[in-house]
Amino acid sequence: MSDITKQSLTELVKNIKDKKLSSTEVTKAFIERSEKSKELNAYITEDFTTALDKAKKFDQKPNLDLKLPGIPMAVKDLFCTKDVKTTAGSKILNNFVPTYESTVTDNIWREGAILLGKLNCDEFAMGSSNETSFFGNVQNPIDKDLVPGGSSGGSASAVAGQLTPITIGTDTGGSIRQPASFTGTVGLKPTYGSCSRYGIVAFASSLDQAGPMAQNVKDCALLQEVISTYDPKDSTSIDFKRNQNSKELTNNIKGKKIGIPKEYRVDGMPKEIEDLWQKGIQYVKDCGAETIDISLPHTSYALPTYYIVAPAEASSNLARYDGVKYGFRAKGENLIDMYEKTRSEGFGAEVQRRIMIGTYVLSSGYYDAYYLKAQKVRKLIKNDFDEAYKKVDAILTPSTPSSAFKIGEKTNDPVSMYLNDIFTVPVNLAGLPGISIPAGHDSKGYPLGLQIIGKAFDEQNILNIAFAMEEKINFKNKITDWWIK
Amino acid sequence: MSIDLKTIKHISKLSRISVDEKKAEKLAGDLNSIFDFIEKLNELKTENVEPLTSVAETTLKLRPDEVKSKNIREQIVKNSPQDNEDYFVVPKVIE
Repeated sequence: MSDITKQSLTELVKNIKDKKLSSTEVTKAFIERSEKSKELNAYITEDFTTALDKAKKFDQKPNLDLKLPGIPMAVKDLFCTKDVKTTAGSKILNNFVPTYESTVTDNIWREGAILLGKLNCDEFAMGSSNETSFFGNVQNPIDKDLVPGGSSGGSASAVAGQLTPITIGTDTGGSIRQPASFTGTVGLKPTYGSCSRYGIVAFASSLDQAGPMAQNVKDCALLQEVISTYDPKDSTSIDFKRNQNSKELTNNIKGKKIGIPKEYRVDGMPKEIEDLWQKGIQYVKDCGAETIDISLPHTSYALPTYYIVAPAEASSNLARYDGVKYGFRAKGENLIDMYEKTRSEGFGAEVQRRIMIGTYVLSSGYYDAYYLKAQKVRKLIKNDFDEAYKKVDAILTPSTPSSAFKIGEKTNDPVSMYLNDIFTVPVNLAGLPGISIPAGHDSKGYPLGLQIIGKAFDEQNILNIAFAMEEKINFKNKITDWWIK
Repeated sequence: MSIDLKTIKHISKLSRISVDEKKAEKLAGDLNSIFDFIEKLNELKTENVEPLTSVAETTLKLRPDEVKSKNIREQIVKNSPQDNEDYFVVPKVIE
């Protein structure tokens, strides 16, 4: 029993299909471990009783042809789940119980998985450390008082700490890949348009994508093929031929051309990150791929562009939280006063900051100078990638400029917090897929990740490269279960 | 460039977020450091660049204009802070 939570998703699926394990046994094991792991604060809402009922029901008449037969799974609390509270990590949605299901989670339940609960995240996914959540900080299983990254911090912590066999997060500027990197796990941000945004609490609609977070690349590929579907309910969902990612997964990447962009060698980057990158280059060469030096000249403009585009879209998306239709309402002397107090008391500091930035850059007299300018630079950033992909099949970079930092270390300096996403943001701006895989440890023993960026809709290729590298790297996460008394 | 308290008050009004003096000062500091960082974009000449509005290179699909969600009034008001079963209730607007 005690070994169940140590198994990968792929192993659990096989054991359930071979009838060596029942869904009830597996679900119980993850619930027990989650119960013992409250100190991580990974969950916002637990749904354990219902999960166990569903597992028992599954076992009575198991459909073993499904891809995730009876697999328990907790998900980021940004996905609307029918009849289960969905907060987006915010006070303003503290009491919100959706009457509908997001397409991505619906796809997961259709393949036989069972909801364990909803995982902590930065408020409205705005943050890189999970410290903006109304529901408190999340602990990184790697070390006490270490941030798990963000915004999908609860998801990363839950996968690394084996509270759930696998999970989903969302990634607007790095919110899957950065926490994956900080916790020694695998995180994939799919191509924009690959996974439906229907039923995901909106942050920045031209950038938001859901994606899998897993213990290994194969698990990640399996969940990706489940969640990626064309959905008419999302007007930017794209109808393309989707791969059977886990079945088509191969470690044969001979002859692949991998680009190494010189602009990712940023000022002040620790030597450990540079060394890791060089090791990564050696690994792909060992796998028979070829590396080519490339240039993405507008890289350093990506973060300033992002901090115009994302807040602008957020200020518009979050206009819906007015205390009238759903969510928290403050008392006010009149309608306007009620709106202003509701939003002032309901949103946290970071969310208010971003709404204000967004409102400013969209306001009369500033639109051209900021928003239009940012959209033009976004085009230049995308052109850089288009140009690079004439010569290479994928791009290899570090995932983050540093390893995980301590809780509270960067909360007073928004810009230093934003710099966490320097290597991940360009990928969202260009709408490309990117995967972070654990690739080594720093001197403190904290995990470090490498990112592989692909061409649009070429998830299979970056999964294959990640799969081949994973074999060579043979990464072992150093987790001592320090939080279990 | 500098965002002063008057501008903060103006943005807070547009954002429908009430801001007191102390909060306004903190926000002005934060926003100024963020905008200093954003100013980097002015290094680039972009007169002849087309703005990128969407990375999804697809045209919006047409669909028949049909009612698909019927009788969901209960679901719509289910999460409202205040309603009278049929309508959302807000503070009095017209005297």
